[in-house]
Amino acid sequence: MNQLFSYIKTFALWELLKGLSVTQRNWFRKSVTLEYPEEKTPQSHRFRGLHALRRYPNGEERCIACKLCEAVCPALAITIESGVGDDGTRRTSRYDIDLFKCIYCGFCEEACPVDAIVETRIHEYHMEAPGENIMTKDKLLAIGEKYDAMISADKAADAKYR
Amino acid sequence: MSNDIVNIEVDGKPVEARPGQMVIEVTDRIGAYVPRFCYHEKLSVAANCRMCLVDIEGAPKPIPACAQPVNEGMKIFTKSPRAIAAQKATMEFLLINHPLDCPICDQGGECELQDLAMGYGRDVSRYNDGKRVVKDKNIGPLVSTDMTRCIHCTRCVRFGEEIQGKPQLGTTLRGENVVISTYVEQNIDHELSANIIDLCPVGALNNKPYRYSARAWEMVQRATVAPHDCVGSNIYTHVLRGTIKRIVPRTNEAINESWIADRDRFSYEAIYSPDRLVKPRIKESGEWRDLEWEDALEFAANALKGASEPGLIASPSSTVEEGHLLARLAQHLGTANLDHRIERRDFSDQENDPLFPWLGCDIADIEKQDAIVVIGSNIRQEAPILAHRVRKAALAGASVSFVNSRKHEYFFDIDNYVSGAGLVELLSGNQIDSIVDALTKAENALVVLGNIAGRHRAFSAVRSLAAGIAARTGAKFGTLSPGANSAGLSLAGVLPQRGNGLHAGAMLDKGLDAVLLLNVEPDADLHAVDDAVSKLAKQKFVVALTPFVSDALLEAADLLLPIGTFAETSGTFVNVEGTWQSFGGVANPVGESRPAWKVLRVLGNLVGAEGFDYVTSEDVLAECRGAVGKVSPESFSGAAGSQVLAGADNPADEIDTPLYSVDGLVRRAKALQLTPGARRAASEGGD
Repeated sequence: MNQLFSYIKTFALWELLKGLSVTQRNWFRKSVTLEYPEEKTPQSHRFRGLHALRRYPNGEERCIACKLCEAVCPALAITIESGVGDDGTRRTSRYDIDLFKCIYCGFCEEACPVDAIVETRIHEYHMEAPGENIMTKDKLLAIGEKYDAMISADKAADAKYR
Repeated sequence: MSNDIVNIEVDGKPVEARPGQMVIEVTDRIGAYVPRFCYHEKLSVAANCRMCLVDIEGAPKPIPACAQPVNEGMKIFTKSPRAIAAQKATMEFLLINHPLDCPICDQGGECELQDLAMGYGRDVSRYNDGKRVVKDKNIGPLVSTDMTRCIHCTRCVRFGEEIQGKPQLGTTLRGENVVISTYVEQNIDHELSANIIDLCPVGALNNKPYRYSARAWEMVQRATVAPHDCVGSNIYTHVLRGTIKRIVPRTNEAINESWIADRDRFSYEAIYSPDRLVKPRIKESGEWRDLEWEDALEFAANALKGASEPGLIASPSSTVEEGHLLARLAQHLGTANLDHRIERRDFSDQENDPLFPWLGCDIADIEKQDAIVVIGSNIRQEAPILAHRVRKAALAGASVSFVNSRKHEYFFDIDNYVSGAGLVELLSGNQIDSIVDALTKAENALVVLGNIAGRHRAFSAVRSLAAGIAARTGAKFGTLSPGANSAGLSLAGVLPQRGNGLHAGAMLDKGLDAVLLLNVEPDADLHAVDDAVSKLAKQKFVVALTPFVSDALLEAADLLLPIGTFAETSGTFVNVEGTWQSFGGVANPVGESRPAWKVLRVLGNLVGAEGFDYVTSEDVLAECRGAVGKVSPESFSGAAGSQVLAGADNPADEIDTPLYSVDGLVRRAKALQLTPGARRAASEGGD
């Protein structure tokens, strides 16, 4: 008996019609594909992208060279050298992040006691020459200055969950 | 129950203790941890931090374990709810005024307060009022202060009073206003002063040259031996990416206990001084130019090969391995002109020298002596750790006397200080009669001859007079020695008299075809001959293996080969009590400098010497130890009555090397040179 039904199904192209029914169902659904880069998905304010070093509103560097980010970094991507700054405070003389090593886990941001190192929502960047993967202190501070508004807004949005 | 044992119970376990012991000593011994800040085993009990409160059965309140002597039948609970509650309450009070600036504090990561706050602190503070702030003090170039962090354990104060003998820090005001300070704004000024950095349980007193440069957790700790005096203090270097960031003591009760001298701690700065020689250099028709190692070694080997009886002079801080290779090189070159006694000025009875300069007893035994006489020594400068041992002996009731042409400051009761004339005159006069009496009466007595005597123009006379006193009174006789390894180099045979060669002084007075200097700075270290620099400049060819370049070397030498300092080479030092202490290289070499033993090995190969195929410095050491065999130290026992040349016993002619001028490293350590001691020596013109 079963064998008979199986024969009928085979010659009636039952499996094909079953597949086409899925196509038909989705034919009238709203499309979910985004035309990147013209269109973009919404991002969380917690998105972990390119790093930045922040400054206080008065222009003073936030980073105090405590090296907690370096210690917590699971990929050993951060290298810091520290010393006594011009004003006698504890400052970094070198702050490098190797973007090839970084796994964008965000531990550095979590560890920072002064909210100096942050991961911004920037995720569209590339390197052309060897060595560009090393984000130096100057580059990181420049990103921090340029995207200060975005970083501050993200921090404010996240503040109530902390 | 016997008289010298009491039975107590700690956390339910029966324990035996000596009467009079404090509870914390017993709990430490059996490994029952009690938190503490002010208690330190080398210092007196203050009991002012209250962190070590423990529960004792029958006591109405928790009792500080550091100040409670044990009693028979005492039942101690270190982890009972009452003890823990008391400790937590203490911690909460301590944290009221502590700034919690751990992220910028150099102590962060190795802080006793931080550690104990993890175990005993609350996660949230209940204190909402203003915290107190204390002004920082400038107490000199070695120790930085952040006095707001201070928890008033007074370890630094007690260190000044009890270990230095010179109180420099103290507490002023009372209650909440109490501050630790120098009473009058001044620099701390003692050769052991920087030990308060290690004692401070928080970040109030910290290492100033190291300030903010690294973190405790990222550095690698490597053990080595301090190279500045004959003690051989055990140290740890803390190394970050191949660079020494700081030096801390390594506890060795037989040698340096848990202290080190400031120069052992801060001399590493010189390793990174701009004076470092980073590439071989050669002088050609008066002009210096850099050259490659291969060419430089070729030049050196040719100069040595072509010379008849070249002279080899090593610094007394060279390692045993370097000494052994130098001696073998000399043997191959057919010369006996080989010496390390560059500070000695009187070689007249060098045949009677003991096998190696020996202290006469073990370092730890100094404090057990009943009478000590120090002759011709500024011992606080020559060997600060030994001076501390002598002070301990004096505090324990020993009669300590000095025979010195000049007065030096000591911080204990001195039985007799004979001074005011030359050493020979003092030792042969009747001023020392009372000293002789004290020595005779004492059961354990020690006569120590220092480095001022060692550099004396009539050293042989001074030595035989001093040895004569020791022999008459039944005291032990010993000598201090310059550098870190005079003993090891003597054992390795870096001496001319065993082969009828010329000593360091005579070598330069005679013209030689070639001279090899190993880590010697002719202007500052070479006292064996007057005008060493100009005399060296007159030699035909001078090869200097040196970590540093100086004007004097540029004038005196023809070829400079960069070698590593003590931190960049492996080696062995034999200290003044005869202990062999080996160490490995701890830091990356600076520039193209190479360990001196490797340079000597290659030189040996290039001059065609047999059996110079050592792979490691351990091979060299093993060969040297095999050659030396088993030696037992012996004291000098030469005959009395040596001839004293006219004018040789002149106090003005004595050389007392200042504390921070003993070797090239110390002379280039920035922070040490800024200390009051170094500036005082510089303003006096030094000598």
